[in-house]
Amino acid sequence: MDNPLMILLFAAIVNNFTLTLFLGICAFIGVSNKIDTALRMGAADTFVLVLTAVAVWFLNRFVLVGAPYLRIIAFIVVIAGLVQIVEMIIKKASPTLFRELGIYLPLITTNCAILALAVMQTGRGYSLLQGVCFGLGAGLGLTLALLLMASIRERLDLADVPDVAKGTAIVLVIAGCLSLAFMGFGGLFTAA
Amino acid sequence: MSPASATTAREDLLRGVWRENPVLVQTLGMCPTLAVTNTVANCVAMGLATLFVLVFSCVLVAWWKRRIPAEVRITAFVLIIATFVTVADMAIEGLSPTVHAALGPFIALIVVNCIILARQEAFAAKNPVGRAALDALGSGAGFTIALFLMGIVRESLGNGTLLGVRVLPGAFQPWGVMMMPPGGFLTLAFLLLTVRAWQRRHAARREAPRVPVPAVTEAA
Repeated sequence: MDNPLMILLFAAIVNNFTLTLFLGICAFIGVSNKIDTALRMGAADTFVLVLTAVAVWFLNRFVLVGAPYLRIIAFIVVIAGLVQIVEMIIKKASPTLFRELGIYLPLITTNCAILALAVMQTGRGYSLLQGVCFGLGAGLGLTLALLLMASIRERLDLADVPDVAKGTAIVLVIAGCLSLAFMGFGGLFTAA
Repeated sequence: MSPASATTAREDLLRGVWRENPVLVQTLGMCPTLAVTNTVANCVAMGLATLFVLVFSCVLVAWWKRRIPAEVRITAFVLIIATFVTVADMAIEGLSPTVHAALGPFIALIVVNCIILARQEAFAAKNPVGRAALDALGSGAGFTIALFLMGIVRESLGNGTLLGVRVLPGAFQPWGVMMMPPGGFLTLAFLLLTVRAWQRRHAARREAPRVPVPAVTEAA
């Protein structure tokens, strides 16, 4: 399990952040209406996740050595700062994307996937390379889940959903089915 | 809607428990609701930890509201939450290492539980300390109740037990899937459906004469 490639695959498929670990559910339900937006949201998430992995490694290595109890506070501040930077870059580089992501861009800060990555990476004592692979895998997993959900929801627009189930409830049922499918990957790498 | 100043203390407290239940009605704080609810014990621990953080951070925000500049208030709120989460994290680790291990990273993730930020921003930052405390207590209780309902369904069906005590007959074949991730999604989906159906029935029975009953709105 120390092989960076395995870490990447595990985070992306076997322990999919959204469907198996329930991280980033808000964005998963909120921006999974259109495939386009979902893909871009996934890309933004992945970018922030990788940056966070690097930042957290530096924090753990050089800053928090003497004060581990400041971990949660330090992580959330660094993540908020990173998201702010990413927001400024996207606003400058692609105003269209900036408008499309809307409120969900600043909300990456409170996307639990990011903070969870920081905490889990610390708990497992990953090296820099392992951490980056973990972040990348987690990001790819989130993107995959978002894409799957968006593709299903685009078709759902044409389906006759009972009135009472419209909105979050039906999305959760679909998520349950997707999650069931992802459980099939559970035994994929037991030999490793 | 009556103006905020006209609400009574009782309403401040009870609003979050049912009518504006953070999980079941506003669909906030989904991650912990799905992730740690496979046993009732985990639900209680998570609910109480969140309740603690919610009440103390809301009281602090209500107390310091004039000292926190509006431009950096979100940052300040998050820092306040993170401080109390650190306290809760250490307390749980000291009191019960088993629970701490079971909840894993989800204790730290109380920081990004949107319920807390929502109560601070929507209520505590505009109201006196006492009412903020009542409001936080109500919302925290509502969250705990929602977790508890999830936990009861998932643990009894998934393992045949409640709080580790066997409640269903031995002949009952446990639905293992309820303890696992898909069970979380499905249980919450059916819980939301039930609440929604109940609300509609309730609204129809009231037959609002003046204005049509507004559809249930959801904060994404």
